[in-house]
Amino acid sequence: MADPVLSIRDLSVEIPTRHGIVRPVDGVSYDIQAGEILGIVGESGAGKSMAGNAVIGLLNPPAHISKGEIWLNGQRIDHLKGDAMRRLRGKEIGMVFQDPLTSLNPLLRIGDQLTETMLTHLPISRAEAEKRAVAALEEVGIPGAAERVNSYPHEFSGGMRQRVVIALALCAEPSLVIADEPTTALDVSVQAQIIALLRRLCRDRGTAVMLITHDMGVIAEATDRVAVMYAGRLAELGPVRDVLTHPQHPYTHGLMASTPLASQGKRRLHQIPGAMPRLDAVPDGCAFNPRCPHATDKCRQAPVPRVSNGQAACWYPLVDEKVI
Amino acid sequence: MSDLPIPVKPKSRFRLALESDLFYTFRRSPVAMVSAAVVVVLVLSAIFAPLIAPTNPFNPASLNLMNGFTPPMTPNAFTGDSFLMGTDDQGRDVFSTILYGMRISLFVGVAAVFFAMVLGITLGLISGYVGGWTETIIMRTADVQLTFPSILVAMLIFGIAKGVTPVEYRDQMAIWVLILAIGLSDWVQFARVVRGATLVEKNKEYVQAARLIGRTPGAIMLRHILPNVLSPVLVIATISLALAIIAEATLSFLGVGAPPTQPSLGTLIRIGQGFLFSGEWWILLFPAITLLALALSVNLLGDWLRDALNPRLR
Repeated sequence: MADPVLSIRDLSVEIPTRHGIVRPVDGVSYDIQAGEILGIVGESGAGKSMAGNAVIGLLNPPAHISKGEIWLNGQRIDHLKGDAMRRLRGKEIGMVFQDPLTSLNPLLRIGDQLTETMLTHLPISRAEAEKRAVAALEEVGIPGAAERVNSYPHEFSGGMRQRVVIALALCAEPSLVIADEPTTALDVSVQAQIIALLRRLCRDRGTAVMLITHDMGVIAEATDRVAVMYAGRLAELGPVRDVLTHPQHPYTHGLMASTPLASQGKRRLHQIPGAMPRLDAVPDGCAFNPRCPHATDKCRQAPVPRVSNGQAACWYPLVDEKVI
Repeated sequence: MSDLPIPVKPKSRFRLALESDLFYTFRRSPVAMVSAAVVVVLVLSAIFAPLIAPTNPFNPASLNLMNGFTPPMTPNAFTGDSFLMGTDDQGRDVFSTILYGMRISLFVGVAAVFFAMVLGITLGLISGYVGGWTETIIMRTADVQLTFPSILVAMLIFGIAKGVTPVEYRDQMAIWVLILAIGLSDWVQFARVVRGATLVEKNKEYVQAARLIGRTPGAIMLRHILPNVLSPVLVIATISLALAIIAEATLSFLGVGAPPTQPSLGTLIRIGQGFLFSGEWWILLFPAITLLALALSVNLLGDWLRDALNPRLR
């Protein structure tokens, strides 16, 4: 297999607080290949977005990377500072944010925002950038792109705006796109379109995608592999079909069982008892042990094994346990 | 998805302005229209003072001491000359001095507000965006300055500046010192408002996106944040203009502002109040009315602008 576009090795993010150091991301490792879509799933506060922010270098102080390495296209980027970091991440990483209402500058025409991004990173003339801006809008399915480049963001609907954001993320031809909950703020009917669009464009260009979401439907629909996060740690990592249908980690199993499905008719949804621990009070051993139906003393004491592809961070992985 | 024919007719900027919500509320507000008219008339007559004024009050050759203390609209007993608003002790036409005085008042007001605005926006943007110690130092300085009445700060700055300028330049420099003094006493509210708005804007995702694509902090502040924080600044600038004109008049009235060789409205009022009790009321009254009309209409315009730009108050 070729070298991965993004490679994260044993990454930890720490935030010093007055109650001690909290670790919203704790020893996470995964790779993303070119043209692959990796889904990152977990509850709110599981560290999904923090990991994404660490990759693009937009952690807000005092949060910082305390351990581990981030490699982008064979170059280590976690310790880059200032200008080098700015140039690299802007060129190589595109970002699709959650809320298309605030991710476009309300006072700039969308054409200007596209050309600004391209001119910052591509060695092209302004006229060429303007031409490419129109092409980029056509590609994401904005009708009448030639006129619409002169529109302001408020003249678009939410779904159209998210299309513009995708065009913006892809226009500088990055090798990695990080999509942080790209469909959460959209109608269900539009979600599918946006996911399909993102998938198609990235496949065509061979762009690697890190898709952060808490929506299992989006994961099932769009991703190749999925990483399940819990309390800042990786619970399970594997091809999406395996993880969704034969989860090995009890947490993934609980998560899948609590996803409502129309086909099942009326029934009580499964609940995972308890709540995710506060990050300053993560239990010893496996972070999931207080809520786990299978937990033993081993789970409460010994740190669980780290995950590699197709594995769960669990002493007693579930074998062939069907969810549905 | 095919290219649907969307009828987008490009509209001229003028047409867009005429159809804007702002113009609509303007047309619906009699107060705003009247005060805008007053402001326009006063500003135009100040700008074209040399064309409108019957005499040049600063040209000693055109003055006739015999015309001193002529009441308004009454022929002078000796020369038979008649003046719209009468004359002062040296026979200067009060109407002409008001036109010329308004030039100075308006110039000082506009320049001081502009200076305060540039300073306040810069410091506000920096402290809001950068944060940390920079912010602490800038905003605490602002807080300290707010504990003094601004007219006192202006007098202090005026006094210091006057002390360091050589005597022969003092009268020439007086106007610029006045602008500096009023501007420095007025930047705080611009900085506070801009900082507050910047704190809101900098966490929006479009700013994150601009950071991600590698724009420098300066470019982000100027191109992305500044345009989005300008609408409250516009309101403060208008209201500050009225306050700056009054501040200038106050300083001049107290004798620390515009020199008698370049009288502003405040200087004229100071000169006029000396004659109030000897019966020459017009020397005081007409400059005072002009100042009142100017400050009031600018203020009302600012009030309207604040309501118009804030959808919640509509």
